[in-house]
Amino acid sequence: MSAATNAVDRSRVGPVDALLAWGGRNAWAVGLLGFLVVLLAFTKTIQPSYGASAIQGLAISVLPLALATVAQAIVVISGGIDLSIGSIMALTSVVAASQMKGQGEEFGVAVVLAVLLLGILIGAINGSLVVLTRVPDIVVTLAMSFVWAGCALLVLKSPGGGSSDWLKELIKGPLVSEWVPRAAVVLIIVVALVWIPLRRVRLGLSIYAIGSDRLAAFRSGVSVGRTKVIAYALMGLFAALGGISLTASTGIGTPVPGPYTLLSVAAVVLGGVSLAGGRGGVFGPIVAVVILQLIRTDMTFLSVDPNLAVVAQGLILIGVVMVGSLIQLRRSRT
Amino acid sequence: MTVSTDLLLEASDVAKTYGAVVALRSASLAVRPGEVHALVGANGAGKSTLVKILTGAVRPDSGRIIVGGRERLAHSPAEARRGGVVSVYQEPALIPDLDIRSNLRLTQTPEAPFRDWLAELGIDDLRLSELARDLPLATLRIIDLARSLAIEPDLLLLDEMTAALPANLTERVLAVVDGHRGADRSVIFISHRMIEIAAVCDRATVLREGETVGVVDMTDGAEEQIVELMLGEIAQALPARASPAPEGDARPIDATPRLSGRSLGARRRLHDVSFDVFPGEVLGVVALEGQGQDEMFDILAGSSRPTGGELLVDGVSVSFGHPADAIQAGLVYVPADRAEALLMQRSVHENIALPFSARIRTWGPINLADERRKVNESIATLQIDTRAGGEVRQLSGGNQQKVTIARWVAGGVRTMLCFDPTRGIDIRTKHQIYLLLRELADAGAAVLFYTSELKEIQLVCDRTIVIFGGRVVSEVDAADADERNLLRAAYHLDPGEALPKAVLAGAPSGAPVDR
Repeated sequence: MSAATNAVDRSRVGPVDALLAWGGRNAWAVGLLGFLVVLLAFTKTIQPSYGASAIQGLAISVLPLALATVAQAIVVISGGIDLSIGSIMALTSVVAASQMKGQGEEFGVAVVLAVLLLGILIGAINGSLVVLTRVPDIVVTLAMSFVWAGCALLVLKSPGGGSSDWLKELIKGPLVSEWVPRAAVVLIIVVALVWIPLRRVRLGLSIYAIGSDRLAAFRSGVSVGRTKVIAYALMGLFAALGGISLTASTGIGTPVPGPYTLLSVAAVVLGGVSLAGGRGGVFGPIVAVVILQLIRTDMTFLSVDPNLAVVAQGLILIGVVMVGSLIQLRRSRT
Repeated sequence: MTVSTDLLLEASDVAKTYGAVVALRSASLAVRPGEVHALVGANGAGKSTLVKILTGAVRPDSGRIIVGGRERLAHSPAEARRGGVVSVYQEPALIPDLDIRSNLRLTQTPEAPFRDWLAELGIDDLRLSELARDLPLATLRIIDLARSLAIEPDLLLLDEMTAALPANLTERVLAVVDGHRGADRSVIFISHRMIEIAAVCDRATVLREGETVGVVDMTDGAEEQIVELMLGEIAQALPARASPAPEGDARPIDATPRLSGRSLGARRRLHDVSFDVFPGEVLGVVALEGQGQDEMFDILAGSSRPTGGELLVDGVSVSFGHPADAIQAGLVYVPADRAEALLMQRSVHENIALPFSARIRTWGPINLADERRKVNESIATLQIDTRAGGEVRQLSGGNQQKVTIARWVAGGVRTMLCFDPTRGIDIRTKHQIYLLLRELADAGAAVLFYTSELKEIQLVCDRTIVIFGGRVVSEVDAADADERNLLRAAYHLDPGEALPKAVLAGAPSGAPVDR
């Protein structure tokens, strides 16, 4: 679990070795993946009818939170936290829905691109405020969560608007095989397009650097303020993607923020990103999102009281994170 | 000062004020091309501030800085770096969560020259995929230095580079610094160790209370001159030496040791450490870097449990689960890193009062009058300069270290564990600390004193144990505890055996040290 993954010299290392090295460094994410497999097997035993269509449903239902979690992970890695992600998703979602309603398909493409730019702008505003005011991230973004939520209500008073058909189709149904949901492919492509190149350039290192040790980063010649603003802008981009995915999956825009802000923090922590910054990646948090969603599904299958299910989810979160830090503690002692 | 045209760096009349605290009043520094230039001064003299200004980390209030003939004021370390000025700071500027290769990429350092310098500095088995946080401090500092050397700066600033380095690495660093001069490259060398300055520097600029008070050519006797400049009029008030070691065996034969270790072990790092500290004595501990001394002090201070052996206080077996247990048993700990011990944002008064006012087992209101009396007494005893204001973090390093000691002295000390308490602080404060430790011992306290500066042993300790590879390998009496003997013992060499040549080069040969 480090930024160093991409620093492995690939010219000298074979693909198997590279994969093993990656696994070693991302032991937490690999462990989560194993846990996910066990959980899927468990789901299959308690609900034998759980199959391809259920997987497709799972992929669509996790998409908004997965994108929100990637957004949160980037900010947390840079040493911050953003409590306005849910509001930003609501705002971008209603902007997209209100503009796309009754318009042509081509116009829908323009709207999506414009909303992504809007997300970047919103993120940059959050980041600039954090840098300029020197008020802690948590305070600034909490305040901004009210601002963005208010803006969302100004755009659309009640759930409404519409979505271009291509956007709805983009995440619906399978691709090639019935076991490969489109939504999952979209998620992987979007994250890969932004995250993988980022990890290979100095900017990506800088984001890890300012989260790990601000002073050392400053002394290493990193522009701390600028890097922070960029990290927040990337957060805004992914939050906007999350907002658009909400519009795509529901076909409308909802001006009231969903529970995404705090769930994204939970998934980030469960996914092996240190809240102190500098450690982790985006792969673990995405797996964590799927796990959280699947646990909820299983609770429904087991007909557990939904309220109890929420309690259980919280306890599982604490339990898993605790086990994680215990493992880390033991490793550092030996 | 000399003609300004052929200077690599010329800073004149640099001033900087932080609120009410004047960090620099009027500092000047002129560095010729191809020289190693020492910057010396007591803690609080303004060295760190001047370094920060030169490297762009801090902006001066006034003054002129000319680099390579052009007036230049760097606004960030990145800009200073582009201008050919690179600094190695006391805390390594490596990102803990990135591996070494990524750290190199972050600063755009070429890898081949980095490896060459690393080998030259005595580290050739480093894997670049290692995370910085997993490496020991000494290695990180060497990496930081190699990284700076690899980009071939015109002017390299080394801020207390050798502090916390083991003797063998120190000697390598000095050799590299020595070889780095020449051509148009210069080094600004900041150190509290006069012996190192004498060994590698051509000239020295002396700062006192934010002002440049002199520039000294490093010829014979220059050390004396520097110390005099540094100390100014207070030189006369300094004790020449801490009180001498008592003649013969002062303690009764049948006395119970205050603190004893019996075959202490800590997984892998500490195997068999036994010792006794008696009331009224200072027991020195000497070891090369990473021989288990850190683990030993962690156990004694109650921060971790031993995996083997037994700990006795006043002859009774004890087991500490928490530092509070150790404190309860009268064992108080003074770490090298002040930040470990102090509440940096609270006042001197609160910091000193905390250990005896906040005992967990005493509830109810604090006796404020009594507290103030105790605090003021210990401030007076340690001569802490509290002018810098309310918060401890505004004090100089030396004064902060005094506060860490004062907070234990105020409550009454039975056993004090000092782990390199004089690291990175000025000579004057060091002497006050030596004297204080002796006074504590004379008043009946037992003191355990680990130091990375071997010459301190003879000034302070009655006996000294030497740890090597997690074991006590020898015990040295005060009379024999000169640096040569201690170094020999620390390398675990037989008395007759000659030191390795490389070690001898780094070892001071009985020259007058410190003052």
